[in-house]
Amino acid sequence: MNMTISSSSGWTGRMVKALGLTLAGLVLAGCERPIPESVQSGYRGTGMAQVYNPRLLEVKTELNQPPAVIPSPGSEGPKASQVYKNVKVLGNLSVGEFNRLMVSMTNWVAPKEGCAYCHALPNFEDDSKYTKVVARRMVEMTQHINSDWQPHVAQTGVTCYTCHRGEPVPSAIWFKANHQPYGSNFMGDKAGQNEPSPVVNLSSLPNDPFTPFLLGHENIRLNGPTALPSGNRQSIKQGEWTYGLMTHMSTALGVNCTYCHNTQSFQNWEISPPQRTTAWHGIRMARDLNLTYMEPLTEVFPAHRKGPLGDVAKLNCATCHQGAYKPLNGAPMAKDFPELLKPALAAAKVAAK
Amino acid sequence: MADYQNLFTTVQAVGPVHQGVPLGHGNSPRTGQPLINYWVGKLGNAQLGPIYLGGLGLISLILGLIAFTLIGMNMLASVNYDPIQFVRQLFWLSLEPPAPSYGLSMPPLNQGGWFLIVGLFLTASVLFWWARTYRRAVELGMGTHIAWAFAAAIWLFLVLGLFRPILMGSWGEAVPYGIFSHLDWTAAFSLRYGNLFYNPFHALSIVFLYGSALLFAMHGATILAVTRFGGEREIEQITDRGTASERAALFWRWTMGFNATMESIHRWAWWFAVLCPITGGIGILLTGTVVDNWYLWAIKHGVAPPYPEIFPGMVDPALSTGAKP
Repeated sequence: MNMTISSSSGWTGRMVKALGLTLAGLVLAGCERPIPESVQSGYRGTGMAQVYNPRLLEVKTELNQPPAVIPSPGSEGPKASQVYKNVKVLGNLSVGEFNRLMVSMTNWVAPKEGCAYCHALPNFEDDSKYTKVVARRMVEMTQHINSDWQPHVAQTGVTCYTCHRGEPVPSAIWFKANHQPYGSNFMGDKAGQNEPSPVVNLSSLPNDPFTPFLLGHENIRLNGPTALPSGNRQSIKQGEWTYGLMTHMSTALGVNCTYCHNTQSFQNWEISPPQRTTAWHGIRMARDLNLTYMEPLTEVFPAHRKGPLGDVAKLNCATCHQGAYKPLNGAPMAKDFPELLKPALAAAKVAAK
Repeated sequence: MADYQNLFTTVQAVGPVHQGVPLGHGNSPRTGQPLINYWVGKLGNAQLGPIYLGGLGLISLILGLIAFTLIGMNMLASVNYDPIQFVRQLFWLSLEPPAPSYGLSMPPLNQGGWFLIVGLFLTASVLFWWARTYRRAVELGMGTHIAWAFAAAIWLFLVLGLFRPILMGSWGEAVPYGIFSHLDWTAAFSLRYGNLFYNPFHALSIVFLYGSALLFAMHGATILAVTRFGGEREIEQITDRGTASERAALFWRWTMGFNATMESIHRWAWWFAVLCPITGGIGILLTGTVVDNWYLWAIKHGVAPPYPEIFPGMVDPALSTGAKP
């Protein structure tokens, strides 16, 4: 009996050791370094906590630094509309303020390309470049956000840089997904899901939750108002679409579900953190901006800026947030640019000073 | 050095391979030439084969293979028949049930038709396999405990894919055939029905799931611990309590005051295992049909504890006047 054991134990021992090491490696591969920090955000024992990885947070903090602000030259002197031609939106600014904003916009959006990215030099008033037409509309959009969407952006506000971060096209945009990319319609339909998409954090959830929710008005809410059935016909499949949108929001803001929800009941507002209200307005804001500002620009954009289905680039939570629960870590950039409020609000603000 | 106490782990008795007991008229001959494998012997019996195939087994395998192939072909088609992408994305790929708008009607093949066809073949395959486990047990003169335990699992399978979708009036309620997709479905199921953790049958099912694991660990450990006294020869110990059985019983009587017997421990294990899918299936069947929101149900019946108000003044913004919907 002992001979049987000794003849195989050396080799078996090595096998077991190798197997053990491999298993340990596989188990540790799921670990994150360093140990994440958890911050309690609700009543004890309810799992209301935010989990942060300090190492990744540092990277994110660096990526979300606001740019330096050019000091304002003041509102004295002739108006931009009197000095320059074809100034449609910012004509009531002084020439100094107007040029400051133009230089800032260049730094925010097209620092490599310069003025010529939008202007057909030397004719600054020329509207022949599509980028200039889009930029004008985007200034109006920024004013609209800062003035009419304060339930979401509060006094922090946004500037072009909030989304653009020095790139002509913001890094996080979305197009309608082509759910039937291959010719055959005989088998293999993915029903808009089941591929490793970063949109839904590599889950198999529906990977274009934006078309129904941030462009359309599909019902995001799943739960009914009563314990027993009383006519709520939302299906599990619709639940997966809502789940997809929420996964996008979680990834875009770098937070877990409990930042906005109490997982005891995702539905119940009374037990939810106040951030949920801000996010609720954010969903409506994204939908409004996509419908009112982006979609009407479809014909203005050239084909190479459009998606596979010929639709215009649109925005979602990640477009501004880029991994931070407050874009640019909450830097109040817009206060230095009152011209990015709607003119009436901007005037009221100046008068109040 | 640590040494195995159990004779069967250190020494593999190698003799002539055997076909098993003779079977009566109407049984098929066993399939496959048996062989002895050393590494198989490390895990269990060293003899591989022969297998009893029979009519039920053959039909079940054929139907199951059709279902398996149809799922695979749908997955392959969804990556444009690219074998590399098929392997890379395998965990994400899935065959989805039809959209809820189709109700209980037959949708086009690519909009859930394949899913229903696969469901038909898979269900038939599982039921034939059940009949096979029943028939084989009877032919060997055994009780049919294994077949009924398997039936408990089939109950949960049928609740998920057949009974509940019919009661809800939509095949879209069924579980997709895919690795990640069925996990996401599970989470979405809980989200849709207001947190499944407040479903008491879900709780019972978890009790029996974890309970089964605990019982299995306790039983396995007990038998291994008395194997030096021949405790692994459980049948002999059941009919004639030996020193192994006595010590195993004393250990638990002394540590927790109460102990199973050599026979009853297997009844405990059987019931714990079987009640896991039975209670789980009841919980699933009630969800959406009888209870729509388990959180509200638990609040109503005092199951969910009320917590202190942490976020005062939180109201649904959709209810405030002038809010954009």
